[in-house]
Amino acid sequence: MTTRYSAFSLFKEGLAGQTGWQPAWRSPEPKLSYDAIVIGGGGHGLATAYYLAKNHNITSVAVLEKGWIGGGNTGRNTTVVRSNYYYPESVELYGLAHRLYEGLSKELNYNVMLSQRGMVNLCHSTREMEIGARTVNAMQINGIDAELFSPDDVRRVAPIYNFSPDARFPVFGGIWQGRAGTARHDAVAWGYARAASRLGVDIIQNCEITDFIIQGGRCRGVQTSRGAIRAERIGMAVAGHSSVLAAKAGFRLPINSYALQACVSEPVKPILDTVVLSPGCGVYVSQSDKGEIVIGGGLDRIPSYAQRGNLPTLEGVIAGLLEMFPIFGQLKLMRQWAGIVDVVPDSSPIIGPSPLPGLFLNCGWGTGGFKAIPAGGTLLANLLATDEHNHISRPFDLDRFASGRLIDEAAGSGIAH
Amino acid sequence: MQLFPCPFCGPRDETEFHYGGDAGNARPDGADVPIDRWADYLYLRTNPKGTAREIWVHMNCGEFFVMERDTVTHKVLSSAALGGEHVA
Repeated sequence: MTTRYSAFSLFKEGLAGQTGWQPAWRSPEPKLSYDAIVIGGGGHGLATAYYLAKNHNITSVAVLEKGWIGGGNTGRNTTVVRSNYYYPESVELYGLAHRLYEGLSKELNYNVMLSQRGMVNLCHSTREMEIGARTVNAMQINGIDAELFSPDDVRRVAPIYNFSPDARFPVFGGIWQGRAGTARHDAVAWGYARAASRLGVDIIQNCEITDFIIQGGRCRGVQTSRGAIRAERIGMAVAGHSSVLAAKAGFRLPINSYALQACVSEPVKPILDTVVLSPGCGVYVSQSDKGEIVIGGGLDRIPSYAQRGNLPTLEGVIAGLLEMFPIFGQLKLMRQWAGIVDVVPDSSPIIGPSPLPGLFLNCGWGTGGFKAIPAGGTLLANLLATDEHNHISRPFDLDRFASGRLIDEAAGSGIAH
Repeated sequence: MQLFPCPFCGPRDETEFHYGGDAGNARPDGADVPIDRWADYLYLRTNPKGTAREIWVHMNCGEFFVMERDTVTHKVLSSAALGGEHVA
């Protein structure tokens, strides 16, 4: 039986006719109670369970997933990993995630295919270059790698960009983060699931939460489509459906749910070996290892729980793509989809206790949850295990909306939402 | 392209409209509104999955109105002008 993945085990299984592979994670029947329950089997939920077991030695943990693991936003994003944020609080948070991503394949013994190919945020005017310089300075002061690119630098990393004299959005330079890149999104979910399962975590799929068990003013478990499951500590990491669960628990959140679309082209030969974002065109683009051009843009501006997206936004994204890269005019789109993202007024996540004692939140990542998975998991696990914030999660508590101490990355780093 | 019903102009393209928030989110009144009540008004949202009552504005004509909509199917259930009245 092969339990550890390596070049040697691949060779050995090849000789043995691939008969020794085991399912990557167990699928047990749910028990009646656990020490901790994590609601949501996406990247954040699975990472939470893994870090509960690994960092805090709490292994009586269930991950409850309504559908199949990694089938929500973890499987619907554009796989970009970066930490080019403005405020020190955000840098601590996304910097932690970025560092953990860099060691993740080895830690999980699962290849998440992190490819640090670099990312350039283009600047299309002298004003944008001034803001770009400010962002680069802030990142460098906060200890994050960043470089202010000249037009020649941009031409070097993205020669197929539209540099023609009549381009609608000419390039004045850009913000470069060389450690940014992409990772295989499904592998992040599967790798955490496999590692958590091996530490004793139960991963329960097709298990929808129908209600919370509340006794003595405290959350003591959940009613599910597979029966009641009890735990004294419950964390939720359900992205766009956070408000739906919050309503069951008796409170509201500062969240609006929107559809965020993405699409991929047919696979083509290697032509773009970095991630390019144009704020003017409202589009960012990379090429997957399979050769598909992966295209993302801004939110659909209509509150929605429909995982499909509306046509006008897709049209705007494609128009922007062709302005950036006229050479892509002959590409055929292969797939288009949408995920439901949890948008918060200051574009920063909510991590901390909920108004219902015993229930903890990890939500509000909006359009940028994938890159933060290792940090979201680490911090929610810490909260579930210790009942206390650490200095990284403290600023992201729900109480910032009453105190007014917002972390406004929408203004700081120019996130589109 | 989806059509939204403007009470003043009739059915128009969705791109002409802007979402304005939950209907019935009334601004607290008075001098001693507690901080939590302000935070509730400013930030907390019902964000329902299913039928939602929302304020929308048709940017072309400037009409503000209440639209009832299903947030899963995107079906429009009703639309009515605000008419300067308080919407509860």
